[in-house]
Amino acid sequence: MHSIAEKIKERFPDEFVEAREHRGQLAVMVKKGRIVEICRFLHDDQDLAFNHITDVTAVDYPNDEERFEVVYHFYSIPKNQRIRLKARVREEDCAIDSVSGIWQGANFMERETYDLMGIRFNGHPDLRRILLTDDFDGHPLRKDYPVEGRGWRNTFEFLPKSEEVEK
Amino acid sequence: MAVEQPEQETAIKSERVVEESPLRRTEDLLLNMGPQHPATHGVLRVILELEGEKVLKATPDLGFLHRGVEKLAENETYNQIIPHTDRLDYVCSMTNNFAYVRAVEKLLDLKIPERAEFIRTIIAETQRIVGHLFWLGTQALDIGAMTMFFWTFREREVLLDLFEQLCGARLTTNYYRIGGVDSDLTPEIITRLRKFLHHFPAAIEEYEALLANNRIWLARTKNVAVISAEDAINFGLTGPVLRGSGVMYDIRKAEPYAAYDRVEWDVPLGKHGDTYDRYWVRMQEMRQSARIIRQCLDKLPQGPILSENAAGVVLPPKEKVMHDMESLIHHFIIVTHGVRVPKGEVYVGTEVPKGELGFYIVSDGTTKPYRLKIRSPSFVNMGAFDHMARGYLISDVVTIFGTYDVVMGECDR
Repeated sequence: MHSIAEKIKERFPDEFVEAREHRGQLAVMVKKGRIVEICRFLHDDQDLAFNHITDVTAVDYPNDEERFEVVYHFYSIPKNQRIRLKARVREEDCAIDSVSGIWQGANFMERETYDLMGIRFNGHPDLRRILLTDDFDGHPLRKDYPVEGRGWRNTFEFLPKSEEVEK
Repeated sequence: MAVEQPEQETAIKSERVVEESPLRRTEDLLLNMGPQHPATHGVLRVILELEGEKVLKATPDLGFLHRGVEKLAENETYNQIIPHTDRLDYVCSMTNNFAYVRAVEKLLDLKIPERAEFIRTIIAETQRIVGHLFWLGTQALDIGAMTMFFWTFREREVLLDLFEQLCGARLTTNYYRIGGVDSDLTPEIITRLRKFLHHFPAAIEEYEALLANNRIWLARTKNVAVISAEDAINFGLTGPVLRGSGVMYDIRKAEPYAAYDRVEWDVPLGKHGDTYDRYWVRMQEMRQSARIIRQCLDKLPQGPILSENAAGVVLPPKEKVMHDMESLIHHFIIVTHGVRVPKGEVYVGTEVPKGELGFYIVSDGTTKPYRLKIRSPSFVNMGAFDHMARGYLISDVVTIFGTYDVVMGECDR
């Protein structure tokens, strides 16, 4: 196992789920409960020093028991290493703790994930939609969001609905 | 009868009355800037809380140009997504193509021929010069230096004509391919590029002669929108905005790709993290880009420009399709079904003129990505906007848009 993954496992044995390497990139899956503590450890530890946040996003797996996978990408400028941290979130309890207290840059990234995927970030200072309008219905990057048929056209009664046209 | 302008004396008198009145009160002013504002570089709205002219809080309101590229990408084959990346940062489409195809190639574990790697480096650096020239012209225009705009566009035009000769388009180029590039550098293009590089250093000196000692330019950029190195890292900033604060992070050096580790070049770093330092970093980067291109042209090897022995991934050459059954089948499959990418996930960051453009692709083994996430530098940089604008004047807000080199197409995706 990768040395960074071992370090996380050593420090958080109960939270660690699995570590995978694909094309030389390390991905560590953890439980969502103590995500802020794990991130704080990644940020503060001398050997890890992941001081730069690259990205926060989420992937939707509608058939899985824990439907959403929140994906963090961190980079360490002093050590020149990258890590992908993942945590699964259930659809019923679609929330995870915010890491914007550690990296301020996470603020916008988490807002975007909330906007497009509908995952709430507990403790986020300003959790609003960012790319879509405030009155937008639904979260378009979810797999069950229709690609067509929710536009302006569907507001006209006399036009056939796109799903009817298909049949 | 014409209405006479009131005497100035009355105005002064009324002001005096207000001062003596017990009803006098002060309040913070809420000002909407944009989305239709010439200095916001696209459709960006910022809600400013002001005390007089001083900014207390700036809240960017994004998404006016949101087109759902990530959702679109989930329903298109890997090759069909390349033109969409042109339209992210429409000022620098070449480097966007590059960032995307690099991510797919990493997923495919594809080896790129030597000549293609050099051509990619040359074109990416040419695009960096184009992007920085565009930034310099527009930022100077925002600050009030009209001449710069004409001068930088004079050089930019030469390079865009070159792109046109290379791939038929000036802005939305769609030039990079999974496994290489679309067309080869002809001797004529190389001659034209060399001619440009010969004149370019003098052009940069010309720009600097206009700006570097210009009192207005210095007053508007020095000690404006200062961000410390720690804050810049904490906000996740990348590119010239991060390097202006003196942080050494350039993906071309940290994780060398293409031909960047085979040429000599330096990373310019700022000291104070103000708008002037970011200007200086970009000016030096243009010089370094010219240096990289010159060396790459000297070392340019012969050979193919698209991966060979990558059947089912790279389109076979047209002559082969006409005579060889196998190639015809591969051609047909790629065009009608798309490229089948093995299951897995990668994140690949590429240094584009604005910072780190990253593509996170999750593949489920089909011809379309299961999830494609674009980490755009403009979006992340906008996250630090409030932090950088606080305490400065409204007129400085305009220069902060400029110093990010923000392009909304990329920010909103």
